[in-house]
Amino acid sequence: MKLDMAIEELHRSENHLVTVLTSMSDKHKADHEVFYVTRDMAKWSRQHVADLARIGRDFGLDLDPEASEDPGILATMKQRASDLTGRRSVPGLLLLADLRHLYREAAGTSVDWELLAQGAQGAKEQELLDIAEKCHPESLRQARWANAHLKVASPQVLAS
Amino acid sequence: MARIDRIAEPWGTRTPYGPGESWPTRVDTHLAGGLTEADVDRWVQSASILHSNGDALDIAVKDERIVGVRGREVDRVNHGRLGPKDLFGWQANNSPERLTKPLIRKRGKLVETDWDTAMNAVAGRAKELLQEQGPSAISFYTTGQLFLEEYYTLGLIAHGGIGTNHVDGNTRLCTATAAAALKETFACDGQPGSYTDIDSADVIALYGHNMAETQTVLWTRVLDRLAGPNPPKVICVDPRATPVARAATVHLAPRPGTNVMLMNALIREIIANGWIDREYIEAHTVGFAELEKQMTGYTPEVAAEVCDVPAEQIREAARILGQAERLLSTVLQGFYQSHQASAAAVSVNNINVIRGMLGKPGCGILQMNGQPTAENTRECGADGDLPAFRNWENDEHIKDLARVWNIDPMQIPHYSPPTHIMQQLRYMEEGSIRFLYVTATNPAVSLPELARIREILAQDRLFLVVQDIFLTETAQLADVVLPAATWGEKTGTFTNVDRTVHLSEKAVEPPGEAKSDLDILIDFAHRLELKDKDGQPLVKWSDAEGAFEGWKECSRGRPCDYSGMSYDKLRGGSGIQWPCNEEHPDGTERIYVDGQFWAQPDYCESYGRDMITGAPVEATEYKALNPTGKAVLKAAEYIGPHEMPSQEFPFQLITGRTLYHFHTRTKTGRAPQLDAAAPEVWVEMSASDATDRGWTEGDVLEVTTPRGRVQARLRISGIRPGALFLPFHYGYWDTKEGSRPKKKEAGRAANELTLTDWDPVSKQPIFKTAAAQVQRVASGKGTPAPAPTTTGSAPVTGTVRPTVGGDSARAQELVGGTA
Repeated sequence: MKLDMAIEELHRSENHLVTVLTSMSDKHKADHEVFYVTRDMAKWSRQHVADLARIGRDFGLDLDPEASEDPGILATMKQRASDLTGRRSVPGLLLLADLRHLYREAAGTSVDWELLAQGAQGAKEQELLDIAEKCHPESLRQARWANAHLKVASPQVLAS
Repeated sequence: MARIDRIAEPWGTRTPYGPGESWPTRVDTHLAGGLTEADVDRWVQSASILHSNGDALDIAVKDERIVGVRGREVDRVNHGRLGPKDLFGWQANNSPERLTKPLIRKRGKLVETDWDTAMNAVAGRAKELLQEQGPSAISFYTTGQLFLEEYYTLGLIAHGGIGTNHVDGNTRLCTATAAAALKETFACDGQPGSYTDIDSADVIALYGHNMAETQTVLWTRVLDRLAGPNPPKVICVDPRATPVARAATVHLAPRPGTNVMLMNALIREIIANGWIDREYIEAHTVGFAELEKQMTGYTPEVAAEVCDVPAEQIREAARILGQAERLLSTVLQGFYQSHQASAAAVSVNNINVIRGMLGKPGCGILQMNGQPTAENTRECGADGDLPAFRNWENDEHIKDLARVWNIDPMQIPHYSPPTHIMQQLRYMEEGSIRFLYVTATNPAVSLPELARIREILAQDRLFLVVQDIFLTETAQLADVVLPAATWGEKTGTFTNVDRTVHLSEKAVEPPGEAKSDLDILIDFAHRLELKDKDGQPLVKWSDAEGAFEGWKECSRGRPCDYSGMSYDKLRGGSGIQWPCNEEHPDGTERIYVDGQFWAQPDYCESYGRDMITGAPVEATEYKALNPTGKAVLKAAEYIGPHEMPSQEFPFQLITGRTLYHFHTRTKTGRAPQLDAAAPEVWVEMSASDATDRGWTEGDVLEVTTPRGRVQARLRISGIRPGALFLPFHYGYWDTKEGSRPKKKEAGRAANELTLTDWDPVSKQPIFKTAAAQVQRVASGKGTPAPAPTTTGSAPVTGTVRPTVGGDSARAQELVGGTA
């Protein structure tokens, strides 16, 4: 039985996604939709972290239910930097790079959820399966958003 | 014949009628002082351009000047009635402040010039940028007040000629969510309801829709039902005690930003009680199981907590909605401009769909528009979408459009959704959009966070063209100003909320050298030398009727099919509802009859979006979800507003309209009766909040958010505690500064305060959830707030003199039989 390892790994990647999303939000405060949507999506990952910590106990794991976050001061500095550089064109390229990064992280996490769901079915762990079925679509939506926003943002950055 | 003060009585005299009966006629007329119908040289057919209702009217002309208006008795929309803005707004046409010559910026100042110089400057700069950077440098921001022919030509120039994806209208602020919500549920824009649904509905539910002020004549129709036998029950969702709320059977006043929570609770309650049409759901929808699952947990008690509405009221509203036999639902800015706008508006669709209440008399949805010709902005592609509801994600649709326009499909941008105005501004801010062509709108007052908007528009590196009828706040920032003709001075068509198309004919000449928007746009296209693939001019028409004929071909076979209409057919009688084609030569009153939708994957306009992130759904996903084109039931979880009240900013600020004004008052502020009814900005607060602070009616308050400050007199109104209301109409064109607040002083425009945030699905900016603080800067000394008493701003304390118009505001009302 290696479900505990899978849970632990997912806990790590969801935790990481919270950081990726919130730090991306802070870095792109001048891009309002990015700023708000990444924050809203980070809430999903935060909930996933809590869900995994709770179910982890049944598998002998002691995982932190709270996602680790940027300290407030760092977030403020990133937002301030975004405001100051918001009138230059370089942030466009940075945004594309960040979206690409987010897409890969979220896609990887979503595959991990699929693995966990398969494992839960194999081991007939209903509660674990329920969590996977609830969380997996949300991580897919994170990846889809990153992909969709890349499509929206790239023509202007690359063709001007 | 009665002469009624229509400022004091905006909805005029009651003509009660019962369910299933035809609404009686009442012909309203207003002529300039001292004139009678005998003095009028001629009457010219038209419809209203100062709101979205589409009231048909005739323009009175004497000595080649507009001298009044009269409602058209034969028309299906208004049966002769006119609202206060229709009756008095035309006077703005005759204002001495009209722009009569082109202006160009020389050494920092706007000076008069000739058309050739102005147009060469505009076309010259556009050509330069196309050469240097390409179409990504060019953007267009239009309005909801031009005519169909102008939008279609503009869309052709921008999409087909220049090839830019940066096209939007100010309809983004008023109707984007209406379109988005229809695209989510029915995979296509197009209004399911008809105004005649009011005649037979037994329940009318208005969601964030103060119909009494936004569409006064439609509300008159409701009032006449309410005054007749077997009146409908009315449900109102609004944080203010509007006239609609006062007439409502149940009034729910949720905390701003919590609409989705409330809607989810209503839907959950309706499903849990089995008030649904299982047969209809089974036959005509996809997604019900998922909807039911998603609604779990949204109990009235949970919603009561979040929305601050009693659970029993939620149950009562759900019971009325659930037991309605003929349910008409209408939605407007209280949902569209609030947090989670599209999700909330889609939920309204969901209620009608799961109850099978569509495509039958009395069973309809009216996802309203805010502006008179907003519908055409959406249909013709001037809001960035492709014309005639073509799907940018469907290559066959692009090929077909390229065929109509005789151009290469590659020329039409279809690699991503259109760039909405808020994103365009972002590109201007970072310097990649360098040319903005604004037609008939005033972003320097109407967009959120005005200090930012002014900074962006005033940049030297941005070439700003403004085409308008007055020197607006935005025009004052322009590099070139083009004087336009307006309603009554040019011919064209436009379409109202319920798909009714009206012809509006030229009555008089425009002032000075002003030209119709169509003529200016065609001139622009010719100067840019835009060609089709055979080297012929891209724009193939030279007048409005030619453009209309072009549009008929473009719309043929699409949902908004105009191919069966002509100017001649629109002359003389009532407006006609699209689709109008060979099969339906007299138009179509109700669409979606028997659960037949336009949602088939190869036909639909849109595959939809993620309700939280806004990411477009891919074609393959949509085909798997909805292969045969049923209605799509979608929902979203409630998420809290992005800017919550805090200790420092304890109030929630909402902005909105008043009955007597339109937009930024450029016209209504120049009509004496309308101006006098609401001459200055005010701020509304609840009685309990005012009492807690010891403030009284008329005290001068300063409202502050992290973005700016506004000063206004206090009106203690029926708004819910914790919320503040500011009307958004007031800007600076009639102040000394002209386009901005006085340096270091508080402003007058509500948008000094609003935040930059938009719904990720519809991209409509959010104007209803800014966190704010408020202080008193001076006592009112007995002077009340300059707010109307007849409307949502009615005072709830003390004695404030009622709003009246006096003799100059008297209009004739001729009550007839049933038409």
